[in-house]
Amino acid sequence: MTTHGRTVSIWFFIGFSLLINGLLIFGAGLYEYAHKPEFPVVLFDLHAGVWWGGLLTLIGGFYTWHYRPSGG
Amino acid sequence: MMLALVNASSSLVHLAPVDMVIIAFYFLLVIAIGFYLKGQANTGEDFFMAGREMTAWVAGLSFLSANLGALELMGWAGSAYQYGILATHWYWIGAIPAMIFLALVMMPFYYISKTHSVPGYLKLRFGEPARALSAVSFGFMTVLMSGVNMFAMAKVMQIVLGWDINFSIWVSSITVAVYVTLGGLRSAIFNEVLQFFLIWAGALLIPILGLYEAGGWSNLKVLIAHRASEQYVHMWSTLGHFNTNPMGIHWTGIVFGLGAIISMGYWTTDFLVVQRILAAKDLRSAEMAPIIGAGFKMMVPIIVILPGLLGLGLLPMKLVPESVAVATHGYSYNDVLPLMLARYCGPGLLGLGITALIAGFMSGMAGNVSAFTTVWTYDIYRPLINPKGSDSHYVSMGRWTTVIGVLISVGTAYLVMHSASIMDYVQALFSFFIAPLFGTVVLGMLWKRATGPGGFWGLLCGTVSSVSMWAWVKIDPTALRYVALSPDAKALAQDMYQALWSFLVCVTVTVVVSMLTKPKPDSELVGLVYGQTVIPRVVGVPIYQKPVFWAAVVGVIFVILNIIFW
Repeated sequence: MTTHGRTVSIWFFIGFSLLINGLLIFGAGLYEYAHKPEFPVVLFDLHAGVWWGGLLTLIGGFYTWHYRPSGG
Repeated sequence: MMLALVNASSSLVHLAPVDMVIIAFYFLLVIAIGFYLKGQANTGEDFFMAGREMTAWVAGLSFLSANLGALELMGWAGSAYQYGILATHWYWIGAIPAMIFLALVMMPFYYISKTHSVPGYLKLRFGEPARALSAVSFGFMTVLMSGVNMFAMAKVMQIVLGWDINFSIWVSSITVAVYVTLGGLRSAIFNEVLQFFLIWAGALLIPILGLYEAGGWSNLKVLIAHRASEQYVHMWSTLGHFNTNPMGIHWTGIVFGLGAIISMGYWTTDFLVVQRILAAKDLRSAEMAPIIGAGFKMMVPIIVILPGLLGLGLLPMKLVPESVAVATHGYSYNDVLPLMLARYCGPGLLGLGITALIAGFMSGMAGNVSAFTTVWTYDIYRPLINPKGSDSHYVSMGRWTTVIGVLISVGTAYLVMHSASIMDYVQALFSFFIAPLFGTVVLGMLWKRATGPGGFWGLLCGTVSSVSMWAWVKIDPTALRYVALSPDAKALAQDMYQALWSFLVCVTVTVVVSMLTKPKPDSELVGLVYGQTVIPRVVGVPIYQKPVFWAAVVGVIFVILNIIFW
């Protein structure tokens, strides 16, 4: 949705939020992969942070690019 | 912040720096959105109705998200732990039929009448007394609900992070006050849609990883049967008697109390959610929005009910009622969602999960505050106090009311802090006001003989009867056998029957008084009542773009789901 003609789409804000969160989670997941914590969470060996963070980054990146303000 | 950090040693989990960054990013983003939208909230139509230019998707997701507050996230996960899969009824039969009814039957009247609010419709249909009664009771309920949201958020922050409860209340309330004051309803809607995605991104891992750990749905059912009872995993087959299910309810309470009255009342007349639909850009979008909301509503149990059931099957500790938890320093039912979050989520994921909770809580608060602001300004202040103000004066009043509404909510949060059960408290409120209101609105829309005095007295008597029944059981608990038809009924079951009786009182009084008073001429009912209104139909588009087609799709899936989990 855009409002008032030329405003930034709401989907851009959502994409940007998912992109930043995804990158942070992906990075934290990689760090934990390399440095196993003293008290890991249940199912730590699945490394959910890596694949979930990566997925959010891809989705967020797509929405950010597709609905970027300069794209009209 | 210092106090929060000092208390962190007693918390359930400890946040890593990356988690703090994710939470801080969320707060910065919503404030930035508020400032960005400030320039688009200059007129009353912009500030209170978001310019009436939302697409069906945005209005639909916002409609759903306004309800994804504390009640949904924490309360219903706790209810799933306490009552089992029965809690899913509040998402399916307790929502889907009502959303479809709103879309196909009621929305045309709301939209064509161009009302700003539900009390505004009552003014057009029944006159000023019915509007005043509805607006005052709605305003009262709304600030109480907002206080509940605020308290729930602060409680989560205390349990999970060890943050001071006062710190959480004030940070969240100031943030909500800033972004709603700046951008009005548009700002609230933007943040609700953002919150919808954050909640799914932050909470979906719990059921995925939980089911993996449990070994699938079949194994989870075995675990729950072993730790609690097989009754906890059936939605309908245990409802033949009051004492064969964890909730102490009969199927008639679910079907007639919840499905036919409470959910219809909430989803079709609670202005908090209806306001989002009224902001749609055209009638077709307004009809599609609740159907889109219904489609996603059917999926919400995955991130709310399933974590509660997983907690029942997998958590090593036993959760207890709030009052027992306080006395024994244990964990209450309402803690199940944060406990599951802490179980599976490491750094980063935990921050997103906590952000999803905060977003849900703040969104619920913002929804209540923006609806309260509209009702106060348009349905109380303008007609009763200052009818001759300019548009800019009412926008200014809206901004000030936002701040005052937040402050009243803060006060309410401190009152709620001593309540034994968040869920029961909120459900009791629904029963007081929502069920009779639904009776009044639906009679107004579908029965042209209903008169102004009939609408007013029906609404008043229905509300008084609901409060009276609640007070009766409070004073004399044995009265439960009359109100809820069984001494075994639990609090939620009581609310279902209370709603049913108060609806019937409302309808009966409305019909009797209407028959004894003079009806409105037909010419005054155009655009307000079925049979007197020409409803524009969607023509010239393929069937898959028609609201009725998607309503049928949602209806079929709803039936199939109920059969699967029978």
